[in-house]
Amino acid sequence: MTVAEVVFYILAIVAIVASIGVVTTPNVVHAALFLILSLLGVAGFYILLSNEFLALVQILIYAGTISVLMLLGLMLTRGREQNLPSVGAGAQWPLALLGSLVLGGVLLTAVLDVNWPRDTGVVTLVNINTLGGALFHDWLLPFEIVSVVLTVALIGAVVIAHQTEEEA
Amino acid sequence: METAAEQIPLEGFLFVAAIIFSLGVYGVLSRRNAIQILMSVELMLNAVAVNFVAFAVYTDPELFRGLIFGIFVIIVAAAEVGLALGIILNVFRSRATANVDEVSELKW
Repeated sequence: MTVAEVVFYILAIVAIVASIGVVTTPNVVHAALFLILSLLGVAGFYILLSNEFLALVQILIYAGTISVLMLLGLMLTRGREQNLPSVGAGAQWPLALLGSLVLGGVLLTAVLDVNWPRDTGVVTLVNINTLGGALFHDWLLPFEIVSVVLTVALIGAVVIAHQTEEEA
Repeated sequence: METAAEQIPLEGFLFVAAIIFSLGVYGVLSRRNAIQILMSVELMLNAVAVNFVAFAVYTDPELFRGLIFGIFVIIVAAAEVGLALGIILNVFRSRATANVDEVSELKW
């Protein structure tokens, strides 16, 4: 077993166990902390795939910003009770488990069954210069559109969450 | 010296991503707290992004379209979380709850 394989197995176990924690713990704050762990595991995958830019974006935006947003949302929707919000699964959880097991089974069978295309055995690394060049040259229009989408969504979030005088 | 990606088969990444995606589906279907449902959606988006990046690195090294898609997935996820938290805050203000089963006015 090579070092890369060992690292991959450790990251896979961390990411999967943390994801199980996200969807099973009744304590919502613990779920948010498990989510950070799972996102960091995925960032490790990106490093294994030789893409340190995406790994850094993952850590900065997902594990940093989005998780803090989630925790802030938890704080603001806590209600009157003093302790941490603890919300169990709904009564439909056996059906949900069955459905997701079926879906997972189908996906895993597909992954193992298909002979995935792999051009050569050699993986060419995409360095950050090439990636930036492609993003601002070939993909300029999608890039601009997605930046407009982000701006509109954030303005919309402010408008929706804004509390007017008569509501207060 | 071969790179890390050459020592791990593509199936490894797809396998883990499929498991994380199914866990996200289970979370969306079974959780009651709206923010925990949002976290499960994040898990699913992440699994998809891993798939995109893995396919880009292994099968599309010249154009690496999957990498660009991975970046876009992260941007859209950020927009989605901001908007969804605004909506959840608004629901909490008018209903004093963030649990989706207690907001059932549209249930038929």
